[in-house]
Amino acid sequence: MTALVPLVVLVPLFGAAITLVIGFRPRLQRLVAITVLVIELGLGAAMLIIVDTVGPLVVDVGGWAAPFGISLVVDRLSALMVLVSAIVLLAVLVFSAGQGIADGDDETPVSIYNPTYLILTTGVMVAFVSGDLFNLYVGFEILLVASYVLITLGGTESRIRAGVTYVIVSLLSSLLFLAAIGMIYGALGTVNLAQVAARVQDLPLDVQILLHVMLLVAFGIKAAVFPLSFWLPDSYPSAPAPVTAAFAGLLTKIGVYAIIRVETVIFPSPELNPALMVVALLTMVVGALGAVAQADIKRILSFTLVSHIGYMILGVALGTAEGTAAAIYYIAHHIVVQTALFLASGLVEREAGSTSITRIGGLLASAPLVAVLFFIPALNLGGIPPFSGFIGKLALFQAAAEQGDALAHILIGAGALVSLLTLYALVRVWNLAFWRPSREVEGDETRLLRTVEEAPHSTSTVSATRATPRLMTLSTAAMVATGLALTVFAGPLYGLADRAAENLNGPEQYIQLVFPQGVTP
Amino acid sequence: MSVSLVLVITMGALFAAGVYMLLERSLTRVVLGFLLLGNAVNLLILIMAGPAGVAPIVTDGVAADAYTDPLPQALILTAIVITFAVSAFLLALIYRSWRLANADDVSDDADDVALREGAVAMPLEETAPDSEDTEFPADREEERR
Repeated sequence: MTALVPLVVLVPLFGAAITLVIGFRPRLQRLVAITVLVIELGLGAAMLIIVDTVGPLVVDVGGWAAPFGISLVVDRLSALMVLVSAIVLLAVLVFSAGQGIADGDDETPVSIYNPTYLILTTGVMVAFVSGDLFNLYVGFEILLVASYVLITLGGTESRIRAGVTYVIVSLLSSLLFLAAIGMIYGALGTVNLAQVAARVQDLPLDVQILLHVMLLVAFGIKAAVFPLSFWLPDSYPSAPAPVTAAFAGLLTKIGVYAIIRVETVIFPSPELNPALMVVALLTMVVGALGAVAQADIKRILSFTLVSHIGYMILGVALGTAEGTAAAIYYIAHHIVVQTALFLASGLVEREAGSTSITRIGGLLASAPLVAVLFFIPALNLGGIPPFSGFIGKLALFQAAAEQGDALAHILIGAGALVSLLTLYALVRVWNLAFWRPSREVEGDETRLLRTVEEAPHSTSTVSATRATPRLMTLSTAAMVATGLALTVFAGPLYGLADRAAENLNGPEQYIQLVFPQGVTP
Repeated sequence: MSVSLVLVITMGALFAAGVYMLLERSLTRVVLGFLLLGNAVNLLILIMAGPAGVAPIVTDGVAADAYTDPLPQALILTAIVITFAVSAFLLALIYRSWRLANADDVSDDADDVALREGAVAMPLEETAPDSEDTEFPADREEERR
């Protein structure tokens, strides 16, 4: 059964190699990439069931026992993240395949999209299964390098501009993480997560806080926590729609995942929790205010993404098992719903030719299916009952109220306010882009588009490519349905999040997993 | 733990210079800053390995603490490879940016600029009289109202 753990990483890696070799046959390449991610989904589901019923999986890479070899650890949190990531990555790949077929890019000589996408998958999986700080760094680098390529795909001017910001900020966070690893090795003589956790208690408090802050800053940049979040709304919107969807859903959550690991396994002590709560508050409020000010759907969604990272940080910062459980449920909910929204905005871009809400309108009449696919996750993200967004926020607020200090109560108020602001921003999109009749739009681009299609010289292929491919709609619908499933099956899923948080209650269980015979001092 | 002072000073200097150059707008300097910072971090890991010793191949009669710690060197090797690949990508990115925009700097986001200047809500007319050659843009705004 432990063979599942390396397989989760190796399958997409081999898939990437195969798709690179068969780059000149796009249809086959697409088929291989989708097959690989379907297998990945199966592996993730099998792993979650095994981990939840039998117990966590621990693998020593190369057969070298724990402090000397690299250990891969899959507990409930990792397994859940692997499964949710596999679902999202598969849906986005199907979406982009639909887009690619419609755009007729079969002629491009070597398609690098699919191999790079599978490398990104590999990096994500390495980050989730790794039980070693340096291996976590390598996982981050794999997924980041793949993401550099994806965000600058095609190399147009706006993408290069956005890509430069993204690459430089990510590089800085990687260097900070690497420096933190160096310092941790200097202080503790190990980079194995369990051994670090066992030894870190003996350090003087000031050294502990220094290492803690360095790790939090490095992961905070990746997770787009407030003072370090400026790069996200700047760089995500200009990437191709499916790429933005995958990044927005997944990449920031990997930063949050790393923060959860740091807060529960390495530094469970509560010194920095108040600071984290203030940061969570600022992230929520500033992100939501940014979303209200924007006029482009993708940018509005990017800002709501930042603001909702604040909710997850709130759950982690409470420092209780209930808070962690709520944060884990919220992460699963947010990955799915945010991806669904970005995919829906990709459909809007295709239908209306733009994502600027000042320039489009009348989509409810012209594309009712897209309107429904946008409306459901929008309500879900805004936290309208009975959707999973409401359940997640309620759980977070309950955990905060149980923890009970003044700051936690302020955060409950701010959280409720921010969910209203999110709803306001999304309802604005709804009113302007969907509900408003298209004749009220100044300089209506959609009408312009239709006249181009109907122009006498337009070839039939042009109008054929403008129709939204069924695969795109289908994968978006699948993501929306997954979001609804999170609501319907909230009970079992929340039970799983609870058990995952129980495993993370203090570092002892994690240390016990990797060193069943006790840690060598 | 005793460390070489020269190494520490070199690391500090590399960090300072790297951060300084990373803050520049020119992309070429940003790349140079990134390279310096990468080397500074590698040096940091090397310093954390402690004092130098004999090659870590087990031989009889050598005390355990006489060996060099090999793990940080393995970490540095990995980090060097990653830094190398990423800087190659960055150079390609900058070259592309220079070819497209003929500019070697980090430019502002067009949407941000538009939002800051309120152009989204009310687009300025391009045909405003004497918009190019008036010296007092504020006065011009007043007049128009």
